[in-house]
Amino acid sequence: MSGEQIDLRQKVRWVWRETLGVHRRAPETRLASSLSSVEIFVALYYGGILRFDPADPRAESRDRCIISKGHGSICMYPILADLGFFPMEELQHVCEAGSFLGGIPDPVIPGYETVNGSLGHGLGVACGIALGLKRKGSDRSVFVVAGDGELHEGANWEAIMFASQHRLDNLHLIVDDNGISMLGRTSEIVSHDPLEARLAAFGWDCTKVDGHDVLAVQAALRQQKAQAAGKPKALIARTLKGHGVPSMENAPLSHVMSLKPEVVDSLLEQDR
Amino acid sequence: MNAPLAEIKPLAMRDAFLERVWRGMGADARVFFVCADFGSPVLDKIRADFPERFVNVGIAEQNLINVSAGLALEGYRVFAYAIAPFITMRCYEQIRVSLALLSEVRPLNVNLIGVGAGYSYVVSGPTHQCYEDITLMRAMPNMRVLSPADHVAAAALFDRCLDTPGPKYLRFDAQVLPVVYADEADSAVASGYRVFRKGGSILLVATGYMLHTAFKVADALATEGIAAGVIDLVDLSHFDADGLQQDIAGYAGIVSLEEGFAGRGGMDAMLFDFIGRRQMGARLLNIGVSGGYRFELGPRAELHEQAGIGPQAVLARVREFASALRG
Repeated sequence: MSGEQIDLRQKVRWVWRETLGVHRRAPETRLASSLSSVEIFVALYYGGILRFDPADPRAESRDRCIISKGHGSICMYPILADLGFFPMEELQHVCEAGSFLGGIPDPVIPGYETVNGSLGHGLGVACGIALGLKRKGSDRSVFVVAGDGELHEGANWEAIMFASQHRLDNLHLIVDDNGISMLGRTSEIVSHDPLEARLAAFGWDCTKVDGHDVLAVQAALRQQKAQAAGKPKALIARTLKGHGVPSMENAPLSHVMSLKPEVVDSLLEQDR
Repeated sequence: MNAPLAEIKPLAMRDAFLERVWRGMGADARVFFVCADFGSPVLDKIRADFPERFVNVGIAEQNLINVSAGLALEGYRVFAYAIAPFITMRCYEQIRVSLALLSEVRPLNVNLIGVGAGYSYVVSGPTHQCYEDITLMRAMPNMRVLSPADHVAAAALFDRCLDTPGPKYLRFDAQVLPVVYADEADSAVASGYRVFRKGGSILLVATGYMLHTAFKVADALATEGIAAGVIDLVDLSHFDADGLQQDIAGYAGIVSLEEGFAGRGGMDAMLFDFIGRRQMGARLLNIGVSGGYRFELGPRAELHEQAGIGPQAVLARVREFASALRG
């Protein structure tokens, strides 16, 4: 996949629109947390960061992408369909009986690696994968996309300590730092601030980026991937929950909000 | 007990099993060992000889499971090692999500070795004792639950673990138990159970340490003219069901003996379900730890009597059960 030939910003718009379309048909899907991560996934999958083969999603030659904030990755459905992991037609049937595209993604979906409906498991499993890759002499990388709210799960911090202890510089943690979990702002629930300094103190190489500037996300990931200094790498992508939807954007209770079909239609009309 | 048995020096289950792991790691580069800061003399050999396939995650059982799952996804056959209550309960959701659920869609081979079944950490109290693990592990449909009664049966499970995909839980006693299997081929690996004695109307079905109690109870009953059968159930989830049905078909009364809470979904629930589903007429007496958690100190035998699973307590209840069956 050559990132240079693709207009990433145009792709972000397309994914944003398609994600709204999925939500219009399946309002059970978590829209707000899926809209904060669009640029992250576009940079990973279209920006020349991840190596993958849609015809063979579990090919040994792939980079592993663990989508730990499972329910907040509905934007991955149009991305995976567009890339050929499964037919576009499937997007019409999200949450319908017989479809493999549920309200929360599971690894029955081509392109999904692990079970992440329950939060806080992705990073630990990714540590095992990263260690396994190193010990068998593979140069492939492991990317984990996690939400900042999910970092409240203590198992993450067991994994964070493990990764630096074992110098897992093939491991990338991307934090979709939208600052909001289900019941409000993480800073008011249990604050992570300053997350960058905390991760650095745990032995991680840490970079902060505007998570809605897809070119900046791509550049940061590219730079981090090129380094192999014996440290695991974290990219803190500062984002807005419900990005691009005025009634949702950065709203403390946006996680559980669904949009009415006419609201989606109006947003898509305005975006033309 | 025949002559060859007497010549076998009893070992701790973990040492016998880890010896097989050590040999297995030499023969098969896919074997990886992960522990949660828990050791054994044999583990020292593994650490020294295979440092590239050994990792100690520290006192972090949640990470133990997730790291094991990740290694297994990369093709390793993983043995994860910790104290029984911690490797089953501290990280239950990691086991459920990253092993049981994930193995439905992705092949992975992770073997959880829990040391300290029942009261075997005698003086350490209820945090280190383990009376819920059978219930919790068998609740997950694709989790294989293996509970050997001596070190020979424990060691025999290694090859089965290596060759059988999926998540498994091995429930090991922390103490050295008497040898009851003459050799590994003689053990219950293939069928998941072994008939030790055939009896009249009463059958004792035991697992783990309780097999040794079953022998004592059966001996005592024999002096009273009651011939009790004895079966060791090693595989609590994937035993040869048709074979077991045949082997227990003639008994009027079946007694389940486990070193875990009675009536809370352990081996007794499994046997109630089995007998019910197969429409067998036998009555079941389930004997396990009664009451709640205990903080008393004392020898294991004494703790067992207090909990209703010592030989004397079991004998009294089985005698009463046999009498009721006759009545």
